[in-house]
Order: sequence, then C-alpha cells, then structure tokens
Amino acid sequence: MALGVPRFRRNGQGSSTGDLPTQTTQGSSTEDLPTQTTQDPSFALPEAGGVAARPEPLVGRPPAEPEGPSTVGVGPYRLAFRRLRRNKTALFFGAVFIAIVIVCVLAPVYSHDVAHIGPNVTNPTGTVNGKSVLSTSGVPIGPTFTAHYFFGADSDGRDLAVRLLYGGRTSLIIGGIATIIIIVFGTLVGLLAGYFRGVVDAVLRPLMELIWSFPPVILGVAVGTALALGGIGPIKGNSIFIPAFIIGVIYIPYLGKPIRGEVLRLREMDFVDAARVQGMHPWRIMLSEILPNATSTIIVFIPMMLATSILLEAYLSFLGAGVQAPNASWGTLISDGITYLDTTPSFALIPGAMLVLTVLSINILGDGVRDALDPRAQVKIQT
Amino acid sequence: MGRFIVRRTLSAAALLFATSVVVFGIFEVIPSYNPGRAIAGRNATPQTVAIVNKKFGFNQPFYRQYLNTMKLIFTGQIVDYQDQLNVVSEFKSRFPATLSLVIPAALIWLIAAIILGSVSALRAGRFADKALMVMAIVGVSIPVFLLGAVLLYLLAYKLTIFPNTGYVSLTSNPAQWAYYLILPWFSIALLSIGFYSRVLRSNLLDMVNEDFVRTAKAKGLSQQRVFRRHVLRNSLMPILTMFGLDFATLLGGAALVTETLFNIPGVGQYEATAIGNLDVPPILVGAMFTAFFVVLFGALIDVVYALLDPRVRLTG
Repeated sequence: MALGVPRFRRNGQGSSTGDLPTQTTQGSSTEDLPTQTTQDPSFALPEAGGVAARPEPLVGRPPAEPEGPSTVGVGPYRLAFRRLRRNKTALFFGAVFIAIVIVCVLAPVYSHDVAHIGPNVTNPTGTVNGKSVLSTSGVPIGPTFTAHYFFGADSDGRDLAVRLLYGGRTSLIIGGIATIIIIVFGTLVGLLAGYFRGVVDAVLRPLMELIWSFPPVILGVAVGTALALGGIGPIKGNSIFIPAFIIGVIYIPYLGKPIRGEVLRLREMDFVDAARVQGMHPWRIMLSEILPNATSTIIVFIPMMLATSILLEAYLSFLGAGVQAPNASWGTLISDGITYLDTTPSFALIPGAMLVLTVLSINILGDGVRDALDPRAQVKIQT
Repeated sequence: MGRFIVRRTLSAAALLFATSVVVFGIFEVIPSYNPGRAIAGRNATPQTVAIVNKKFGFNQPFYRQYLNTMKLIFTGQIVDYQDQLNVVSEFKSRFPATLSLVIPAALIWLIAAIILGSVSALRAGRFADKALMVMAIVGVSIPVFLLGAVLLYLLAYKLTIFPNTGYVSLTSNPAQWAYYLILPWFSIALLSIGFYSRVLRSNLLDMVNEDFVRTAKAKGLSQQRVFRRHVLRNSLMPILTMFGLDFATLLGGAALVTETLFNIPGVGQYEATAIGNLDVPPILVGAMFTAFFVVLFGALIDVVYALLDPRVRLTG
C-alpha cells in the first residue's frame, strides 16, 4: 500500500512535488518501467488455490534512481538514506517512536523514584491525598495527576501510570522478539524453499499456506489460551515469551512467502549461475549471492512486522490469550479499562492512545523507509 | 468450468482436512489440557473423571479420537464440553447475527473504498487524496476494539445517540436491528476503508498508462466511460481478492472481537467463549467453518475475475 508521506522526490529536480499523478503515471520513470509492467499486482492472475492470490509485494528491486551528476558512484542504501533524511514526516514519527521507547525503558525509574510503588503491588486499602484508592464498592480512583496514582488505580489498587509504562515495555519487548523471530525464520524459510525448490519447497510451502489461511487473531487466541495454561517445557504459562513466540510463528509466512518469490526470481539470474558453475556451496550462494539482493525487502518488512506484532499482541491480550496476570501490556490495560468505559473512560483510552501512537509512528516511519528504498513499492499486510 | 469446480472442491476438502487435524493436534500436544477434568467439574473425584474420559473417549489414541469427532461433526451430533450444547445447531442459530454484522459492514467499506479510492486517484496530490492517505495509515494502526470503545464512549455513553450494546434480530424489528448495529458496522468498516481505497488508488494510477485505455480514448469514448468501463473495472480485481478473503474470515468468526465488545450473539462470540474455556469442539467447528468460507470465496472471486477480465481462464 502507498501510505503516508510525499514520494518521488528526485535528485536535481528542484522542489519536491509530492504525489502528483503525472509522475506516477505518465511520468518519465523510464528506468524501471519494463519490469514494472510484468510484475505489477494489478496483473496478478488468480493463483491455484485462490487463497494465495493476494497482491504480491513488489519490494526488493534495487532502488531506481535517475542518473544525475549527484548520484554517480553512490550506493543504493546511501541513496535511500538520503531520501529518508529528506522525509520530515517519517523522521518526526521516528523520533516519537524513540521517545516512547525511552519512556518505557525508564519505567523502573518512574516506579521507584516518582510513584514509589511497583507495577504489580496491590494496594486495595490504601489512600491517596485523603481519598481511598478503591471505593467501598470496589471502584478504583480516577486520574489524580499527582505523583501517586497519576492515571488512577486498577481494581486491585495498582498504580495505572506505573503499569502503563511497564505494559509498554512488555508490548515493545513482545513486538521486538516476535519481529526477530519473523525476520530470521521468514528469511530462512523463504531462502530454502525458493532456492532448493522441489522437496524442500513441497514441505515448506503448504506449511506456510496452512498458517496463512487462518486469521491471525483466531490462530493466536487458540494457541495462546492453550499455552497460557501449561506453558511449554521450562517456560511458565504467564511468561511474556509465549505470546512473543506465538506471534512470531504466525507471521513467518507473511515474510517467508514474499522472500521465496524473490529468491525464485533471483536464482535464475546470471550471477547465481556463475556462482553455481564455480562450484560454490549452496549455503554460500544463498547467503552471499542471493540474500544481499533481498535485503531491501527484509528491511521494509522490519517496521511493518513490528507494528503488526504489537497490534496482534494487543488483540490477544484483549481477548485474554496474550500477556497473563500479573504482567500488564497495553492490550490487557485496555481490556481492564473497558469495564469502566462509562464512568472513567481514561482507563481504556490512555493505554489505547499509547498503543495507537506507537503503532502509528512505526507505520509512518516504515512507510518512509519503504519509499526511500523503492519509491514504487507496494506491500500489504493485514492483522 | 466443470474441471474448475472439481479441482476447487478437492482443494477445499484438503484444506478442511489439514485445518481439522492441526486444530485437533494443537490441543492434543498441550500437556495441561485435560478435557475430562474440565467436563467433570472442579471437585470431581478421579473415578468421575475416569468415567467421563471413557464416555467421551479421551483415553483413546489420537487418530481414534479424531475420527470419532469428525464423525460427530458430519452427522451434526457434536456437543461442546462446557454446556453440552449441540455445536452445529448453535452455529446455525448464531449465524444470522454474524451475517447481520458482517454483510452491511462489508458493503459499507467496499462501496466507500471504491468511491474514495476513485476520488483520490482522480484528484491525486490534492487535499482529498492526502486526507485519505492519513485515514489509511491511521486505520491500519488502530485495533478494532479500541475504535469500538471510543465510538461506544462518545456516541453511546456521552451523547446517548446509540444504544450501548446488544442485538435485535432483523425479523423481529428491522429499525431496531439497524439502530443496534450501526456502531459495530462502522467499527469494522472504518478501519478497512482507508486501506482498501489506497490499494485501489494505486491500481487506478497504474492502469491509466495501459494500452487499452489509450485505445479507448482514441476511439473517442467519453472520459467518464473510459474511467468506468475500462480503468475502474480492471483496477477492481486486486481489492476484490483482498475483500474475498477478509469477508470470508469475518463470516467464519474473525469478528469475534467486535461481537464480544458489542455483545452480539454471533458465531464469533461463541468461538471467543469456547476459546476461553479451551472447549475443543466449537473451536474445531469454527476453524473448519472459516476454512470453508475462505475456499468458497477464493473460488467465487476467481469466477468474478473471469467475468471482469476475458483474458482470465478458470483453471485449477
């Protein structure tokens, strides 16, 4: 999808023009037009199985840039970085994301030095500024905007502001671990299936199709509930690694399939043939010949997968199948807060706002990165 | 056409088989999963649990349990472990509520996306286009339960324009039916409109360059006719593919979050409850139900493809 920020800023063409149709359509983007027409998703005919006939991502070709005096001798990634630096919207939201990460990393400091209460410390009989934390009927206190109970309490008398920061940490850690799993295994599966084809592909591809054909939320909730009960091996049921692991596995095909397609294309190229006739080992061909050419696809997927993973974690936690008590995440906080939606909406809306701001800033930054790497790319992902 | 139907039916059977084995297998490998104990109740004696295990066949090998369950599903006799309700009739009685939720929501987002996507492509770079760009990226960043919560708070609690939650069936009172469902419809639709219209927009802009569009213009067709009959028609395919899959999974219960939040007694709500109780039969039936719709709509979309584009032949 093409979202977010002005695109098609070209070197040496004066002012940036945004998203004008002349540039996208009748424009002079001659350098990549021939390949474009054959790979365009608008021409994707239905594949066997129907399920897989989604628009295929188009990322991964080396960024096309008109030859100009300023671009001679500059590598594609440096060019992409230059383009990204000119994209003020993406940079701004990148900064917002970094700020959120820093604030959440500093959660223990806030908990220890400002709120003086831990994230999982219950305090049902306590008072703050002369008011009790829980009313006699058990309704928690709303936002006080003082050091103690800044955003109010939850139904066990825990400090919501502290839990909001710790919950953010949990959400970000789960998203991060899931993204690492997706990137490592998605790339590996895509490389193996695409390079060896045959039996390897015949095993890996149906596996990916199977995961892909389930809605992520349903699959995640079923596996999440099941594993939250007993854990896996040494990992306890309420460990945050369980949702991270589940989310990672669910989204492996979302990277593995496009990488596989990319590798299928690359393995027919002359330089791979050259490496093969030199007697290079398949692993070396995959890692040093093919992988570098698929790197921009992978880079584009990193922010997208991070945003999607954080969102899926929120869905799972909202349905009780993600992060388990006593840990908090933005999803569990929203879920707890919805009970009080009519009286104290901030309980649900503040963690909700944090979640949306985080995912939004990752998405906008990711959009900028994708535009910078390949201005004509279209990538689709769904939760 | 006959070949197409046969091959699709075979692949549907394969997918249903794989889905059922996987879902069944997930629960089989979980160490703490003990359905006999769950049915017998919290304070059951080991003897009672043993009787239940025997009655439901939980002590039989995996393949026997699987075959028995499949037999019960296809004869419509399967019951859930929690309340001993017949799962098939439960799905049947709840499906109208899911249809009431999903079909209008899907129509709202598809029609709005086609209109907004066309407007945005025709006026690319102008204000409407940029506003849509913002809407699309915000849409993919908000979980549906949060949008639902915000709508509920603003329109049901603060302004009391809409009822807070609940469901009235279409046959008992059409006006109330729509009144109760407007917020859930828009919770689902709003998030997808932006994304769908962006995809349509970029397809439209790519299509304008095509030879057949130039030919149509050269024939002297009016601007409107070229856009509607040639550009738009050919650009609809990618979003129809997306739509088929999204719609199918929503019908199968992917709207479980919305149904839970708004307390709509659809199949998704049943699945959500079953998942919470680790109640295998409804989860199993729900997964197969979803897989069925995914295959069905995959095939339907391919038929629509062939109708829209004469170059496409129906195969495999």
